[in-house]
Amino acid sequence: MSTAFPATQIQYPADPMLPRLAAIQSIQPEAYGVSTFSMAFADPEERAAFRFQPGQFNMVYLPGVGEVAISLSSDPGEPGTMGHTIRSAGGVTRALARLQPGDQLGVRGPYGSHWPMNNRPGTNLVIVAGGIGLAPLRPVILSVLRQREAYGRVLLLYGARTPPDLLYTGEFDKWRESKIEVHITVDLADESWKGQVGVVPQLFYRIRMDHKNTVVMTCGPEIMMRFVIYEALARRIPKDRIYISMERNMKCAVGFCGHCQFGPTFICKQGPVLNFAAIEPFFGKEDF
Amino acid sequence: MPNNLPRRTASVAIPKASLQQVFDNLRAAGFSLIGPTVRDGAIVLEEIEGLDDLPQGWVDEQQPGQYRLKKSRDNKYFGFGVGPHSWKQFLHPPRLRLFSAAQENGHWVFRPPTEPPPRYAFIGVHACDLAAIAVQDRVLTGSEFRDPHYAARREQAFLLAANCGVANSSCFCTSMKTGPKVTSGFDLALTELPDIFLVEVGSEAGSEMLRGVAWEAATAFDLSRASRVTQHAEKQITRHMRTEDLPDVLYENLEDAHWDEVATRCLSCANCTMVCPTCFCSTVEDASNLRGTAAERTRLADSCFNRDFSHVHGGNIRPTTKSRYRQWLTHKLASWIDQFGTSGCVGCGRCITWCPVGIEITEEVNSIGTKAAR
Repeated sequence: MSTAFPATQIQYPADPMLPRLAAIQSIQPEAYGVSTFSMAFADPEERAAFRFQPGQFNMVYLPGVGEVAISLSSDPGEPGTMGHTIRSAGGVTRALARLQPGDQLGVRGPYGSHWPMNNRPGTNLVIVAGGIGLAPLRPVILSVLRQREAYGRVLLLYGARTPPDLLYTGEFDKWRESKIEVHITVDLADESWKGQVGVVPQLFYRIRMDHKNTVVMTCGPEIMMRFVIYEALARRIPKDRIYISMERNMKCAVGFCGHCQFGPTFICKQGPVLNFAAIEPFFGKEDF
Repeated sequence: MPNNLPRRTASVAIPKASLQQVFDNLRAAGFSLIGPTVRDGAIVLEEIEGLDDLPQGWVDEQQPGQYRLKKSRDNKYFGFGVGPHSWKQFLHPPRLRLFSAAQENGHWVFRPPTEPPPRYAFIGVHACDLAAIAVQDRVLTGSEFRDPHYAARREQAFLLAANCGVANSSCFCTSMKTGPKVTSGFDLALTELPDIFLVEVGSEAGSEMLRGVAWEAATAFDLSRASRVTQHAEKQITRHMRTEDLPDVLYENLEDAHWDEVATRCLSCANCTMVCPTCFCSTVEDASNLRGTAAERTRLADSCFNRDFSHVHGGNIRPTTKSRYRQWLTHKLASWIDQFGTSGCVGCGRCITWCPVGIEITEEVNSIGTKAAR
């Protein structure tokens, strides 16, 4: 049932560390300090050959400034345009925020593992995201929209610090029209906010869900994911049906630099999307 | 002198002085000779020209946190152990330009380095270091991605190994099953006897480099004497690494109190990772001209002991010495096995000798998990 987009089949260049030329097509402000940069490879052949799976990431390079690992947040069904939702947080992302449409940069990818999209027909999805963590899960939602009938219930539990920090709010109505159950919370809000206030894992108390044939996908701060896993396990979701996307310092994305190691796992290669059952012995260990 | 060359797998005896002919052959074939030589009170690896550059008559005394050169009673060319350098600084250089970027006609152009990779002949590679090269082969060329810089240097490197005749107190190759005798992965392997070099031919290229050398088939006496050389080294090895319950004992004791104890001694200085012949971690550095129209990306050796190694926005994953030492040890001895099907440790002992406070990896592993068991 993974026919919505072709499988990843990219020929890696001989030097996996060498970026390819790309240009910014458009910039969509999403929230305070967060924008989605749509970019495409300059070479039409590279653009046509690029494919990615939901949850994978690119290395985005600004000459002389640096390179950052950024999840693809756009529709895998239209892989010629690579969307990256980026928050200004460090040197490279702050420099990225100053770019304009038409500006050039380097891109290499896609890298890493992806969310499990090859599920049995009728699988229920529980997508749980915190803050910018919705970015690598948006391709899951966009893929579901392309073949909504292949899934059972699809729930999105999403939260951010404050209402202006919520991403993709303009798309929520469209997602709801396709029977995606969108539940929103914020940590902090003033009286103009009429919605839920509280941390993301608390959204589990607002929903009813069937543990059978259900997959949980979560991305956000590790402390949030810990409690999401706790809530999922409490609802009898098997460990091996819980997937998390992890973040670590990353320099190369191809397993050479050593920075992203998490126990035996290279987050760049076996991750960023990991099955909880596989990493349970290491997950949540202090300073590991 | 036979006109023909010895075939691969042959063992031959050559006069000691004729090793110079092998060196000359290598240089004529376009190799830069990298070998051991004495500098600043240590045996280091750098470009050499001939036999005279070798540390003839020197032996190294090594203890945790100590390294001293002494004159030996014999006059051997290869009568010492491994020093602070390893071959990784040539195959996996600590500073390497990955590519340059330049704005040309309004477009960025990214160019990998165009200079041909150096063609090295490594002289006097010990068994542990041959094993270390094999480990880095797996790390940097053994997966779906290949490091083209390492691969280019490695593929054309000539390896002239030297069997160890002595061991020092830091050595534990026998525990890691990597030495002291070299068994594979070389072009030529020497065993130094008082009168001759016994040479094992490991490849066609190795055989070719014996051209013009007055070799003779090794006699049973030569072979017997040679095996006693490595046996002698083996008998000198007193250090032992606990391997039988790795990797599990480390995975199961990530919260062991001993990590706190070793952290009170560890300086987090990264020396162990710099001298380790298998540690491969790197970082990158970006530079540009003032106008921002040209830039370079450089790869630099890095260490999991560096404070910002694990930095992500919001902080460090491993802010404490305890967490960094635990990362290094569990990677080296446990997760390395899961990642690459081999331990990351070859038993060379460098991390013990060059630790400024003399932390012994073998002793630390022995202490993990023992308190819980008692």
